[in-house]
Amino acid sequence: MSSLEPKLRIKAATKVYQTGSGDLLALDRCSLDIHAGEIVTVVGPSGSGKTTLLWAMSGLHGLTSGEVVLDGKVIKGPNPQIGMVFQEANLLPWRNVDANIRFPFEIKGEKPDEAWIESLMHRVGLDGFGKKMPRELSGGMQQRVALVRALSFKPSVLLMDEPFGALDAFTREEMNHLVEEIYLDTRTTIVLITHSIEEAIFLGDRIVVMSARPGRIAHLHDVPFPRPRSMDIMSTREVFDLTNTIKREIVGDQQSKARIAQRPAAAATPAN
Amino acid sequence: MDKTDAIPDFSKSGASGGGELGVANMSALTSGPGISSFRDVAIIAAVAVVVIGGIELLLNIFAVPQYVLPKPSEIGVALVTDFWFILPHLGHTLVELFSGFSIGALIGLILAAVITQFPFAEKIITPYILLLVTTPMLALVPLLILRFGFGYEPRIIAVALASGPMVMINAATGFRRVDSGKIALARSYGASTLQIFWKVRAPMALPMIFVGLMVGSIFGLLTAVGAEMVGGGFGLGNRLTSYSSMIQMPQFFAVVMILSTLGILIYILFFLLGKKFASWEA
Repeated sequence: MSSLEPKLRIKAATKVYQTGSGDLLALDRCSLDIHAGEIVTVVGPSGSGKTTLLWAMSGLHGLTSGEVVLDGKVIKGPNPQIGMVFQEANLLPWRNVDANIRFPFEIKGEKPDEAWIESLMHRVGLDGFGKKMPRELSGGMQQRVALVRALSFKPSVLLMDEPFGALDAFTREEMNHLVEEIYLDTRTTIVLITHSIEEAIFLGDRIVVMSARPGRIAHLHDVPFPRPRSMDIMSTREVFDLTNTIKREIVGDQQSKARIAQRPAAAATPAN
Repeated sequence: MDKTDAIPDFSKSGASGGGELGVANMSALTSGPGISSFRDVAIIAAVAVVVIGGIELLLNIFAVPQYVLPKPSEIGVALVTDFWFILPHLGHTLVELFSGFSIGALIGLILAAVITQFPFAEKIITPYILLLVTTPMLALVPLLILRFGFGYEPRIIAVALASGPMVMINAATGFRRVDSGKIALARSYGASTLQIFWKVRAPMALPMIFVGLMVGSIFGLLTAVGAEMVGGGFGLGNRLTSYSSMIQMPQFFAVVMILSTLGILIYILFFLLGKKFASWEA
């Protein structure tokens, strides 16, 4: 696997936003290789550039310097090989479930693959929901629709931006199982941003821990559990230790930065 | 290379800030309790009979002269006997309202759609639109009559000037309701600016557009009747001035009843249209 050309290669990705109070370095020389058929999860404090990195990978915005390469080609704009799942379900409220799922095809001017969509609908448990309006669905059901919409045109990469952050813990667990099932069926390369370390461990083959201001890739962890995974792994010693390590990496990073910011003179005095 | 990009953010911006404004929820028809049974209808009818009968009785007891306030029965009689005489005047008012409103609303919608794409141009134009909204267009009618005579033209122009800015200001609020998440969604499929407008911005604006059409059409009716009262020999407004100058109060009130009914029908029309095409927000 590692000897092959990576599916996605992020090369020294750097992004500066212009804000009212000057330039903001959101992403600072991030480099990462993501292999075909891998699930990479990304965790980090807010402001660590997770979404910025994902948007650069999707071609929704460009980079100040550096580049993202998909299958050997530099990403310059939205790409049909990439499916996106956004924060919250991001369904169009004036369209029913069927029309929402066909939205990508309308934009692209293509005929939808009805058999494939039907099998996806069945897979995620949306049989018979086609004519429902988004407001008639629960948060979990809405996110299922968003998942079908993202997979409807068979992308080879699925980018997910905190997709289950607004769901309750039980629904979230269900959705995690669903994502793994779909992954095992399709072997789609997945990059998933999350605030939940548990979700990152359960779904990830690798976990990227980012640090904030500037956004950098601080740590990488392998998750060595075979698939399909059961929730039982979450109570093992390895996961317990990994969770604590990642927590320390995220919280420790923020606390040390806050201390330095509050007490600039601290370096001169002995630590207490 | 791309420092000008906005920071990805999923909050909804714009004056109304989200989904709380729409025809359906600003409507008096939905805020009241629904009429459910035959019993409810019977009670409502009975109350109406008591109220109208009570007015009739009070006017009789205190012997209020007809030129001060005609009895409901006299108004009813006038409505029936003079109906065929009043009808063509209703037709004239409808022609003015329909033409003026169509022209005004169309221009208002196009302006709103275009101007919200260019925030700087919007800043420049908004004060003038506000001026048009707040100035009673009736004030211009004498001037318009001097220029265009006593025909349809000054009235149609006044109606268009009164309803257009109303439609525009509401539609612009709708078009400004940008949900960056939904635009990003469309862009991720490679949507063009035009596709984003027709498939995201326009449907998003639709509830506010219906609010604008509703308010604009009522303003148009006001202005049409007002303009008819200023000058010219036809239209319901002309009937009002004519009947009051001849102290024909039953006929006068019959025209008032027709105008109330017209206003209510227009309101219901846009309410139903809004409910049909923009109900996703309710």
